[in-house]
Amino acid sequence: MIQINNLSKIFSGGEQEVVALKNVNVSVNQGEIFGIIGLSGAGKSTLIRCMNMLEKPTTGNILINGQDVTLMNNKELRLLRQKIGMIFQHFNLLSSRNVFDNIMFPLEIAGVPEKKARQKVGELLELVGLSDKTWVYPEQLSGGQKQRVGIARALANDPILLLSDEATSALDPQTTRSILKLLKDINQQFGLTILLITHDMNVIKEACDRVAVIDDSKIVEVGDVLSIFSNPGTPTSRSFINTIINKEISEEILHRSVVENGQTISRLIRVSFIGASAGEPLISTMLQKYNVKANILYGNIDRVKDTPFGNLTVELIGTPVLISEAMDFLRENGLEIEVLQK
Amino acid sequence: MIEAITAIDINAFLNSTLGKNAWIPGAVLFATWETIYMVFISTLVSYIIGLPLAIILVITEKGHILENQQVNDVLGAIVNAFRSIPFIILLILLIPFTRLIVGTSIGTVASIVPLTIAAIPFVARLVETSIKEIDWGLIEAALSMGANAWQIIRKVLIPEAVPSIVLGVAITAINLVGYSAMAGILGGGGLGTLAYYHGYMRYQTGVMWITVIVLLILVQLIQVLGTRWSNQVVSKRR
Repeated sequence: MIQINNLSKIFSGGEQEVVALKNVNVSVNQGEIFGIIGLSGAGKSTLIRCMNMLEKPTTGNILINGQDVTLMNNKELRLLRQKIGMIFQHFNLLSSRNVFDNIMFPLEIAGVPEKKARQKVGELLELVGLSDKTWVYPEQLSGGQKQRVGIARALANDPILLLSDEATSALDPQTTRSILKLLKDINQQFGLTILLITHDMNVIKEACDRVAVIDDSKIVEVGDVLSIFSNPGTPTSRSFINTIINKEISEEILHRSVVENGQTISRLIRVSFIGASAGEPLISTMLQKYNVKANILYGNIDRVKDTPFGNLTVELIGTPVLISEAMDFLRENGLEIEVLQK
Repeated sequence: MIEAITAIDINAFLNSTLGKNAWIPGAVLFATWETIYMVFISTLVSYIIGLPLAIILVITEKGHILENQQVNDVLGAIVNAFRSIPFIILLILLIPFTRLIVGTSIGTVASIVPLTIAAIPFVARLVETSIKEIDWGLIEAALSMGANAWQIIRKVLIPEAVPSIVLGVAITAINLVGYSAMAGILGGGGLGTLAYYHGYMRYQTGVMWITVIVLLILVQLIQVLGTRWSNQVVSKRR
């Protein structure tokens, strides 16, 4: 659906050049929710704005349904933008228009006949659950309601793609969840491809099928969300995952070790379970099979996009040989092991 | 001209109570009307011309929807040039131009020309500031929907800036009240003429003070109305 090839963006303001994107290559499949996660300043905002050419890339191209958007003239671009919905962190609703007229806005731009447009607005209000707020002005709405209006507005011209620019970053966790649920419903119901950027790993965890991790203007890792959660390939990915699953492990625990006869005989590991393996008693089997002791320090079962995802922080105590044998056993049985401390 | 005015409003009551000053209330009333008329027309015309200029100043700026450095530089320079000329000098400089348009350089109608020309660059800058207050996110949202420049001007820039523009109208009108008094000294009519010819030239201090009080009330009234109008627009959106 989207093919981004060798995309670079350099901002040259006066003497200083700022590289916002460096050789980005990503492809997004039809009908998926694709997340791009990165810290602020990593370049994700620039990247999403290149999709509808709100930012013009310096080099590289972007194919949307086979059409290179970087080669389009102004008119073609306007027609394309009418078919790409976009939602924003600060909603960007017009204060001069009530909810109904805000959703009418893109339909007016596209020149949809009024009668048809009004009917469409009614349907959209129904879809986002705001029929009772039709004639209210944005100022009277809560953040979540404003974003619902934003979503309705973005869907008005039946887009082929929805861009979400930190759409939940200004919302509280509960509202974030309800907005993400709405986006997932829309994705399912209409098969709409959604490209979202965020700095919040929870958003990736709850909504996305695949994720790209962006760091320092470069894509450092791309993959499906589950595999990145269970086996992060880069320190950046790991630190994002740690923001949501490692909170409870204190420094104190991370630096403890059991010492016997001057030799460290403990190892701190994190075991990740995905899907079915979360149901098997593998730890218990391991303990029976190998002569090691396990001290469970922290455990958690979560869901990553409807798949159970668990992780245990375990201190294994035993001789180094036995410990590595035990770890091999877990790996053979499909668990991901990460050594936190030797 | 003043003699003609006094002929209109003198009546027996004023004669009996004010004696030889009986002409004053009528003259003040008429002069007030002239001032309001001048200020109203010149405010109106200066917005008709100044508003589009303001929009051009904003949208041709670097990074805006119709970026055009040359247009922006030239227009900005012209606006600045007119703003840097003191009104009293502009008034004299424009005498031939006014004559060309109106046929005379004296009187209320003639005053409207320099008042409007002085107000246009002021309005352009004032409205420019109002439009720039709009969050760029709104313009970006409209762009993301495929809006063209005209749609953005009509559906985003102007409606979103209205509460602020309305406050600017009051500021402009108040400024023009002051300018109209200056024009009055050069025979422009209105309260300025009354204050100058009677209050100053004929040492009728009382007339001077009356015009001051009327001007004070006029300015207060414009401000109150402007603020109320703006609040009305804003509260409709709440």
